[in-house]
Amino acid sequence: MTDPSQSKIHTPSSPEVLIGAEIMLRALVGEGVETIFGYPGGAIMPVYDALYDYRKTLNHILVRHEQAATHAAEGYARVSGKTGVALVTSGPGATNTITGIADAMMDSTPMVVIMGQVGAQMLGSDAFQECDMVDITQPICKWAYQIRSAKDVAWAVSRAFYIAASGRPGPVVLDFAKNAQVEKAEYHPVSVGFIRSYVPVPKTDPASITAAAELINKAERPLVLVGQGVELGDAGEELKKFIETADAPAGCTLLGLSALPTDHPLNVGMLGMHGSLGANKNTQQCDVLIAVGMRFDDRITGKLDTYACQAKKIHFDIDPSEINKNVKVDVAVLGNCKQTLAEVTRLLQKKSHKEWRESFRPFDKIETEQVINPQIHPTEGPLRMGEVARRVTELTDNKAVLVTDVGQNQMLSARYFKFIQKRSIITSGGMGTMGYGLPAAIGATFGAPERTVCLFLGDGGMQMSIQELGTIMEQGSPVKIILLNNNYLGNVRQWQELFFNRRYSFTPMLNPDYEMIASAYSIPSHTVTEREQLDEAIKKMLDTPGAFLLQVAVMEEDNVFPMCCPGHDVDDMILSNND
Amino acid sequence: MSQNNDTSTPRTSPVGRPAEEGGVQLFTIIIFSENLAGVLNQVTNVFTRRQLNIESLNVSPSGTQNVHRYTITCYTTEDIIRTVTKQIEKKIDVIQARYFTSDDIYVMEQALYKIATAKLLENKEISKAIRLHDSKIVEVNAVYSIVSVEGLPETIMSLYRALKSYGCLLQFVSSGVIAVTKSRREALSEFLELREEEYRHTV
Repeated sequence: MTDPSQSKIHTPSSPEVLIGAEIMLRALVGEGVETIFGYPGGAIMPVYDALYDYRKTLNHILVRHEQAATHAAEGYARVSGKTGVALVTSGPGATNTITGIADAMMDSTPMVVIMGQVGAQMLGSDAFQECDMVDITQPICKWAYQIRSAKDVAWAVSRAFYIAASGRPGPVVLDFAKNAQVEKAEYHPVSVGFIRSYVPVPKTDPASITAAAELINKAERPLVLVGQGVELGDAGEELKKFIETADAPAGCTLLGLSALPTDHPLNVGMLGMHGSLGANKNTQQCDVLIAVGMRFDDRITGKLDTYACQAKKIHFDIDPSEINKNVKVDVAVLGNCKQTLAEVTRLLQKKSHKEWRESFRPFDKIETEQVINPQIHPTEGPLRMGEVARRVTELTDNKAVLVTDVGQNQMLSARYFKFIQKRSIITSGGMGTMGYGLPAAIGATFGAPERTVCLFLGDGGMQMSIQELGTIMEQGSPVKIILLNNNYLGNVRQWQELFFNRRYSFTPMLNPDYEMIASAYSIPSHTVTEREQLDEAIKKMLDTPGAFLLQVAVMEEDNVFPMCCPGHDVDDMILSNND
Repeated sequence: MSQNNDTSTPRTSPVGRPAEEGGVQLFTIIIFSENLAGVLNQVTNVFTRRQLNIESLNVSPSGTQNVHRYTITCYTTEDIIRTVTKQIEKKIDVIQARYFTSDDIYVMEQALYKIATAKLLENKEISKAIRLHDSKIVEVNAVYSIVSVEGLPETIMSLYRALKSYGCLLQFVSSGVIAVTKSRREALSEFLELREEEYRHTV
């Protein structure tokens, strides 16, 4: 069988005439797409029919639910930096992608979701599996476009990929009407690299560079907040040089955790609700607060009215609408932080803020004694989530990609995993989407096939996407699944314990036998209940080729600390149930 | 296009602290977008998300080919309108969005008042009010008459209050304001020229 995507490029004088569905595939190949996560259905069948001939070029991964297609595309994108692609049918297939689209929008993940749609002549008639997806998705995506004619396909695909990946990345929706899939048009490759109404990277005002440098040079207690923007801008090296020159301690947001190596001497840990004590306490003590590629989410700031009021603030961001949205800043440095950080660093004096750096130590000591050691080095009682995460990261030489679901498993694995490589944490931050982990981990194995992908999830999140074990089985995706089973929806239970008088309303869960389920999907598995068995079990998981389910029976009523309770000042953190 | 089929109070009043203290005031946002389906929805959605009532909205072709112009008025604070404007401009097909206070722009609005002819004939004060507001009667029949006025929103509201007080008002509709900026610079043209230049550099 000849592969049509490999056919010679036709000269403009003899353009090929193809059906819209095939033009779509040609355009995807032209954009460098290699992997598609999808699920077929009526209104996208012409594309799937064309895809049958492109199997060698476009690796289509059949997921078991359309929501999983989007999360897998997100995982793929986050670990690789490429744009993830999901392909689904109209109506319910399309609406099933909404959570993933909203998730990608919140977390600035480049993704193109192609969805089938009824023929243009039937639009608006409530036809079978018709749903107005452009209107539904417009508020939760970067761009949504309905392709109603085959001649628009190449242009729409190129524009979609340009928008998804440029500037602040995000999801794009292509609603592909069936008539446009089957009608024929001349195929002319299109490469969109400019849209007059869209400025992906705003111009940097040179005065903002000078003003930022002046503030930082005068600072005695500078604190840097590292966000995912550093990863997206591939600015890890620039960030290191910047903080080292300014001698500025740096805390990371959840999504920015692998933007700066965990063990870098200036890394003061995670920020926010379950962040490090020192980083949050000293947010209220710093004299210059420097945010890089982060958006002052409420999980970072705590109570806004009192957040770092004492500090002058500098905000590096590529998205002008983030400036002064939540926190008013003194200097806004617009642009790509890879350039702007380097430009500011050139104007910085080499500083030493030894006393300021050391002011984090007493907090670290308290946190280590009261929170960290009991989580990662307990000597008695049930297994803790933190110790599992710490042993997995150590036994993978801190090189693994951490994928998490949402909840306690997410916070504790994020807190105790260590990162030495960029693009090493894949987690649903802004949306907090339970069920994200399993499909995102599958996507990550395709985005970084050379890396070990370790997924931490709870018994709640596992069951939200459990059907994706079928995808793992079929694809042989080497996902190392660490199921932290506490028989509860743990994070909600923690809030019920702390704020709802221990009324455990519908958070206890009766679980199935996960090993039997794994076995049904031909996935090797093991369950750990004792501390002494943990290392051996993790090694077994890592040494077993392909996927593995490691179920760990963890403390049922464990809590994530430190915690900045909702509505409290960022430095008002509790370290235990008794605080 | 603020519209009322009855004669209840047709527009919201500013509430909250006075403008000079950073409180609620009337802002006019002028937006230019590509002439594509769905942009209006995206623009109004930004207001909906923040529970902001659009006071008036006017959309029409602009002086530039394929570019549409939106004039939206809204009572809110400057902090909020600043973010809202940036979030609107962030939409891919929106070319430019800017917000203004009444000092920065020249505005005009049109309104129609349907009044009871019997009342108009019996009370001379009604005709007087119509004359005083520089308005004209465009239709008269035995049942009703239609009064048309173009002017500043204050003029339109003043006539509305007068006619309402005489008990003759049957219907009222106003067009929503249209506005031009008083600046000597044309921001849209400058932006598009700049983008043209940048485009030439990319190809």
